[in-house]
Amino acid sequence: MFHALKTRWEQGRQYVPDVRTASPAGFRGLPILDEKRCPPDCHACTESCPTQAITAAPLTLDLGRCVFCADCVDACPQGAVDFSAGVRMAARTREDLVLKPGHAAPHVPEDDAIRKVFGRSLRLRSVSAGGCNGCELEINAMANVNFDVGRYGIEFAASPRHADALILSGPIPRNMARALELTWEGMPAPRFVIAAGACAISGGVFAPSGELERGFLGRNAPDLYLPGCPPHPLTMINGILDLLGREKRS
Amino acid sequence: MTAHLVMKTEDIPAFSVVDLAEQLKARRAQGARVLSLFGRKGEGEVVVTVVLLSPGVGLQLLRTTLDASAKHRSLTASFPEMHIFERELTEALGVRFTDHPWLKPVRFPSWAGRRMEEHPFFKLEGKEVHEVGVGPVHAGVIEPGHFRFSCLGELVHHLEIQLGYQHRGAESLLLQRPPTSLAPLVESLAGDTSVAHVAAYCRAVEALAGIPPDDDAALVTAVANELERMAMHLAGLSGIATDVGFLPGSSTYGRLRTAVINLSMRLCGSRFSRGWFRPGGPRRGISAEALADIRSTLTAVAHDFHTIHEHMFSAASVRERLVGTGILTTAQATEMGVVGMVGRASGRAVDLRTELPGAPFTRHPLPTTVEPAGDCWSRAMIRARELPASLEWILRALKDRTEVPVRKVAMGALASSTLAVAVTEGWRGEVVHALETGPEGKLVHYRVQDPSLRNWFGLALAVRNNDIYDFPICNKSFDLSYCGHDL
Repeated sequence: MFHALKTRWEQGRQYVPDVRTASPAGFRGLPILDEKRCPPDCHACTESCPTQAITAAPLTLDLGRCVFCADCVDACPQGAVDFSAGVRMAARTREDLVLKPGHAAPHVPEDDAIRKVFGRSLRLRSVSAGGCNGCELEINAMANVNFDVGRYGIEFAASPRHADALILSGPIPRNMARALELTWEGMPAPRFVIAAGACAISGGVFAPSGELERGFLGRNAPDLYLPGCPPHPLTMINGILDLLGREKRS
Repeated sequence: MTAHLVMKTEDIPAFSVVDLAEQLKARRAQGARVLSLFGRKGEGEVVVTVVLLSPGVGLQLLRTTLDASAKHRSLTASFPEMHIFERELTEALGVRFTDHPWLKPVRFPSWAGRRMEEHPFFKLEGKEVHEVGVGPVHAGVIEPGHFRFSCLGELVHHLEIQLGYQHRGAESLLLQRPPTSLAPLVESLAGDTSVAHVAAYCRAVEALAGIPPDDDAALVTAVANELERMAMHLAGLSGIATDVGFLPGSSTYGRLRTAVINLSMRLCGSRFSRGWFRPGGPRRGISAEALADIRSTLTAVAHDFHTIHEHMFSAASVRERLVGTGILTTAQATEMGVVGMVGRASGRAVDLRTELPGAPFTRHPLPTTVEPAGDCWSRAMIRARELPASLEWILRALKDRTEVPVRKVAMGALASSTLAVAVTEGWRGEVVHALETGPEGKLVHYRVQDPSLRNWFGLALAVRNNDIYDFPICNKSFDLSYCGHDL
């Protein structure tokens, strides 16, 4: 009993009070592009990028491919690319993930149909299909005592039968394609797909592999994209809350 | 911690297949242990390399060539720990063995035309034996794999673990980009072990470029690796606590992990230490400010995990579920070559931080932690004991420093026809990376080995004669990587 009380007392308050405004110190997040600094005919960033996420002239960066390795920052002679601590990077469409000069960072407009059905309670079924356990650990972290996504009525379901959305991580190896399909088939409608992490969105560093079978995403376009390698729990939680049209609430 | 051996391929001692078996027998008798065995295609033959760790000598390499058209006697018959390496040789290179007990494919790559459903599971005969299949998709948020139990009532007689669902073709991808630009891919091979894998990769490719190890770079790498160990041991303890229904452990270890990975994030920008290490040296050293952050964060964490350790390991409900569950004996662990944390929990003193300490662990030695019993309790205790050991080591290693600056060395051309092997003690166990260049200095082969490859069979042995409902605890106590196995 004494141990239990001591543990509880020392735990104190661990939850992030307001996930909508929280900003993780030191996080390498939302990239900042400054095309004006680009020297003419320079492709140093493009050549350094392991996932072909960045293009020069015009300077664009695809958050769906970016693994936030910052190899482009090292390669750029003029500091035209940098990373901020920003976590709000989620988008509704694949196109919205591409950062372009003069365009605002992606945001997630709420979806009326999704808000009406799932706005107060959302059950997620995670499927790791080639995920390296980075995304899986961060998806799990959404539910820990710090991020505590359960406070918004968002929980993980053990069975696809009880799930509303399939949160996919990993580039989908051929050997996992059928199990992913079966899990999706087991989910009752209405349902939707969330793609978490660069691998799920674009194949990430594994995109050139001949061992992938990504047809599932062609047949079932995600309603929400969560960039990162892996995505920060705050990127995921804010993206989902935006989609559900949830107001700021602690 | 991260050690390497670099050799011109023509200088690697080569033996006939028969002599290689004799060599292994003799060297093992003198205390050497096998770290890896792997093959690559040669000209009409298969070139097989063995990596040994010999006491007093360090890393050693042996080579043999196998005629791909002939049948061979397996090493597994004499040394059961070789079973998984020979299964790899058969699957990837078509080597045929006459006396291997179980040559089922390991990863089912599509180019080999092998399909999972064509390879039946091991069958236990008997009227009342029934099978339970679990996976590849599991109830929790974890990676996929299939477990096939053969049971009598609730008692497990045999478990066959079939993996391969995570196969992403990583080893061939590693040959596609320039060999000095592979870090982002290496960090995702087993993404919960990013530091250990990238450390082995960097050391191997630096060795090929003729760059000697730098003491301060090695210190920063070791600090990052111990932080990774702490974070994953905390995640493991949190998971074990969840699986036995001990909620204070589940939440407290979980939030302590957050504190540790957030420290890594402040040091390098990523909660998984990604983007910190590159060939030629770490991107960031440890500034005076970062050093103060490390000291204050770890001091606070040390206090808190002492409290939860006391609570969790004195609870009767925890003891009841963990003690005597899922025993892997020292004899089994040794015979099957089970390494790392799980090996140490089964009484094996295997830890590269003491066996090949390098500069950081020579200057600040770390005694090997061993638990003799090999049950789930031991595997929990190993984590509980290694946590303060890693934490105190970091504080000790940084004690006299005001900062740890690092410098970046430009990567030149790689030596031709050379094999570089680098090993490091990740949180699960030894990570092995072997890179071989051809006559023009281009990479011709890249071998990655996560400790999970060897340890999965240990889990299968540990659950025999246990009740099937204890499987989740056993699995969590091993905490092996699926993608690290499947590559």
